[in-house]
Amino acid sequence: MDIASSAAHHANLKVTNRFELSQRLVALLTQGEAVIGGIGNTNFDLWAAGRRPENFYMLGSMGLACPIALGVALAQPKRRVIACEGDGSLLMQLGSLTTVATLAPKNLTIIVMDNGCYQITGAQKTTTAFSADIVGIALGAGIKEARWAADEAMFESLVRRALLEDGPQLIAARIDDKPAVATTERDPSLIRDRFMRGIGVKA
Amino acid sequence: MGAEPRSDLSTGLKPWHAIVSEALKRNEVRLVTYVPDRVLTPLIDSVHKDDFFTAFASTREEEALGIVTGAWMGGMRGAVLMQTSGFATLPNALASLAVPYQIPLLMFVSERGTLGEFNLGQALVCRTMRPVLDALGIENHTITRLDELDFIVDRSIKQAVATQAPCALILSPLLTGGKKFAH
Ligand SMILES: Cc1ncc(C[n+]2csc(CCOP(=O)(O)OP(=O)(O)O)c2C)c(N)n1
Repeated sequence: MDIASSAAHHANLKVTNRFELSQRLVALLTQGEAVIGGIGNTNFDLWAAGRRPENFYMLGSMGLACPIALGVALAQPKRRVIACEGDGSLLMQLGSLTTVATLAPKNLTIIVMDNGCYQITGAQKTTTAFSADIVGIALGAGIKEARWAADEAMFESLVRRALLEDGPQLIAARIDDKPAVATTERDPSLIRDRFMRGIGVKA
Repeated sequence: MGAEPRSDLSTGLKPWHAIVSEALKRNEVRLVTYVPDRVLTPLIDSVHKDDFFTAFASTREEEALGIVTGAWMGGMRGAVLMQTSGFATLPNALASLAVPYQIPLLMFVSERGTLGEFNLGQALVCRTMRPVLDALGIENHTITRLDELDFIVDRSIKQAVATQAPCALILSPLLTGGKKFAH
């Protein structure tokens, strides 16, 4: 099946790669930023990009990376918090963008890895491969700082900006349909405990 | 006229919503998010009016569960307020997140579907709630009496935190007065 997107909002974007972007993201994190990885590939590539105690690997709750990140951001307003989510997952919980926009936490950034498909379940197309423009949806939800990263360099500059300037912000990147390069260790209570220690909630 | 909820007039106790918000406060539960229900309105109003609480509506109960999970991991206790029908949207999020990640998620469920329900769908969905809670081994209590409310809420919050486990507190129409039959 052809999964290449013909959507207009994808037209001028370089097709990047999730693992490549995850590595570039992690390399820019120097201030103990918390990162919440979405179901499947998104958290697998985050894991593969270098384990950090401030990363939370969410294993099975499709669509909940943004709500979890919002909760962390509300609890720890001084820490920058980043949600990494897939397009299919975000589409399942679009209302959460409106909650983020309404509460407007300055320390929250959402990164969307848009491959136009549900890669992990067989690469079936999502609606972003057709008419749905993630950045347009975020702007419509009221997230004013929402942008497409046209290539890797622009992704890095948008991440740098998100780490310095007030949010909420959303960065969307067009990625290929490759699976993640590794898989996360599947031990929920261990993942949670490490994360809570990593962000200073447990000693 | 339907029956009035038990109140300070008949028992000398505060109204149910004041007892719940005081128990939340006493236990440092600051974040309260909800998908509304008519019966919950006085509780929602009181947490919005009190600066102690960070109170806001979520667009779905699953989203609310995710937010409370993140807040807990970030050091802030939280509760979700919902209706029976809202609980019915949660099994996947409970089974994939709150239970395995050991999150002391507090759920307050306003019980529709029983004791005078007029909507067949509500009556049916209500019957799924306790089997789901029991299947997942989630501590749950149905609260019917004003004089037991503070004890149950206070102890349940403490147990949820101490045992790192979610907990559902079902607010019966016997406690709240429920929703009156729509004529
Ligand atoms: C509620 C729910 N529905 C369906 C699934 C099955 N499922 C797991 S991952 C996934 C696709 C995720 O797509 P996306 O977020 O775009 O990430 P990608 O796989 O493309 O990296 C689906 C449908 C699930 N886990 N939970």
